[in-house]
Amino acid sequence: MSPVPESDVVVRVEGLVAGYDGDVLLQNVSFTVNRGEVFVILGGSGCGKSTLLKHMIGLYAPMAGHVFIDGEDIVAAEGPQRRAILTKIGVMYQSGALFGSMTLLENVRLPLEEYTALDPGAMNLIARMKLKLVGLEAFCGHMPSELSGGMQKRAAIARAMALDPGILFLDEPSAGLDPITSAELDALILRLAASLHITFVIVTHELPSIYAISDRVIMLDKRARGIIAEGDPKVLRDTSDNPWVRQFFRREPEAAEEPA
Amino acid sequence: MNAVATERAATPAALAVADAADGSRVLALSGRLDSYSIAGVWRAARAAVESAPDRRIVVDATAVDYCDGGGVAMLVDLLRQPRAGAAAITIRGLKPQFQTLLDQFDPRAFEAPPAPPAPPTSTVEDIGRITAQLFRDLRTQVAFIGETSSALWFAFTHPHRVRWKDVWYECEQVGANALPIVSLISFLLGVILAFESAVPMRQFGAEIFVADLVGLAIIRELGPLMTAILLAGRSGAAFAAEIGTMKVNEELNALTTMGLDPVRFLVVTRIIAALLMVPLLSLYANLVGILAGGLTMLSFNIPLVTYFHEVDSIVDMKDFLVGMVKTPVFATLIAGIGCLRGLQTQTGASAVGISATRAVVSGIVLLVAVDGIFAVIYYILDV
Repeated sequence: MSPVPESDVVVRVEGLVAGYDGDVLLQNVSFTVNRGEVFVILGGSGCGKSTLLKHMIGLYAPMAGHVFIDGEDIVAAEGPQRRAILTKIGVMYQSGALFGSMTLLENVRLPLEEYTALDPGAMNLIARMKLKLVGLEAFCGHMPSELSGGMQKRAAIARAMALDPGILFLDEPSAGLDPITSAELDALILRLAASLHITFVIVTHELPSIYAISDRVIMLDKRARGIIAEGDPKVLRDTSDNPWVRQFFRREPEAAEEPA
Repeated sequence: MNAVATERAATPAALAVADAADGSRVLALSGRLDSYSIAGVWRAARAAVESAPDRRIVVDATAVDYCDGGGVAMLVDLLRQPRAGAAAITIRGLKPQFQTLLDQFDPRAFEAPPAPPAPPTSTVEDIGRITAQLFRDLRTQVAFIGETSSALWFAFTHPHRVRWKDVWYECEQVGANALPIVSLISFLLGVILAFESAVPMRQFGAEIFVADLVGLAIIRELGPLMTAILLAGRSGAAFAAEIGTMKVNEELNALTTMGLDPVRFLVVTRIIAALLMVPLLSLYANLVGILAGGLTMLSFNIPLVTYFHEVDSIVDMKDFLVGMVKTPVFATLIAGIGCLRGLQTQTGASAVGISATRAVVSGIVLLVAVDGIFAVIYYILDV
């Protein structure tokens, strides 16, 4: 395991090759995420955004390459070392993935129960404060099935923040939400990034969200099997000479010509 | 605490309590205040605050190196303690970046505990609720029987409207795929029956009558019943889980809004498949069970020819029909209960599991009850 020298790099992906059943979906993908930034992975459907995210959080083993979280290789780590890395990250899944048999408070309390020696009252207070941060303190005793999709996603963010990880990975936070709820979620992400200095790695293809929250983006494309653009999304929209990038940002339905 | 917490506690949180000359109590916090390392400090700080109800409390956070949500929660917890005006709690020296975090929370907003659980209901209320639920269930079941009967009659009178492709698929699931387990259980049933009866019968030199016992018991009773119980556990649960998952995924709503009747689409095909397969599997179970009895009797020096001759002499067509008549009823029960429980599935991750469990439990109970009713009817009819 080689340490990552730059102290401001919190996630480093090196030469990642990923896919399913021998089919390569992402070929030799490399990039870094800096501390405190809102980093967005974008691209069309089926380009491997969620696959990349799942490799970054150690859920899937890559065919080749490495993912360093705070300088530690999550691909090679096992046992307690892997658990230590996982406490540095929080993940919100596309569906929220709240435990249906637990109340919101119990969902947020769960990581605290498993990782800390705090008193039950202290854990309850922390869980209530996390839910307060996402505007759901009044719903502590509700079951996930009693909440709307947007509320479930916010509760999932609260659960992901239970142990105050430095990095939050969000998979399609705006998918399936109305514009107002989506905008509220964007505002919440910006507020958390500013006040708690959390690094966000977000997978999305919602253009309004991308413009609203991202400091930097990488764009994946299934034809290229990897990254075709990196930088500020507004700059990419206005100046990119890659036809696939222009097609995405301008929402053009026709297949673009091959990039030179 | 685990290895993670131990590692995080490398710069541990610490607390020093001192009573100042002006009568105030100073709680000096230092180190890293995070969820992993503050458990002990938190308890000690609470104790120090509670043991000085009349003193002014000053929390000195000057030496705090790091403070995340856990540390902020501890400070909020101290600040929310009810105190008299002169004994207020103040925090000093907290670094600006941590103070920003603390400022997001109003400690008074966390004074009230979370909403209490629903108050316990009285026994009378419980009895009323359970009775109402039973009547609702009964109504659902009667409606389901009506809808299913109507759909089956429609299928009978309009066979070209039946989704035969689905029926054959279900036949494969219910019938062909169940052959290994039915074979195993029937074989073991025959072996056990033969052994258990042969040992006492041998004392009277009556081993040959084991063939009578095994033949009659399996053909009239155990072959069809054990097959039905196996299928209730296997296919009944599968039907409930499949239809339950479809309901959770709103596939049933999709069928309804397309103008398609879920009962005709999902229930009728499964009942037809069960009606075709349960009698065949029961017949197969009878054969395997009797063969197993014959093989067992070889160890008691009774040849297969003698054994089968004895079975043939005691078991007649009436016994065979007594057993087989039950199988369509069992088939309807297994498929009907499985589908009904699937259609009754509620929302949530555990709902499908609950439906599958209910399908198996109520399926087996009903099978045994109906078998008992058949036994009484046969006794009255003297067959």
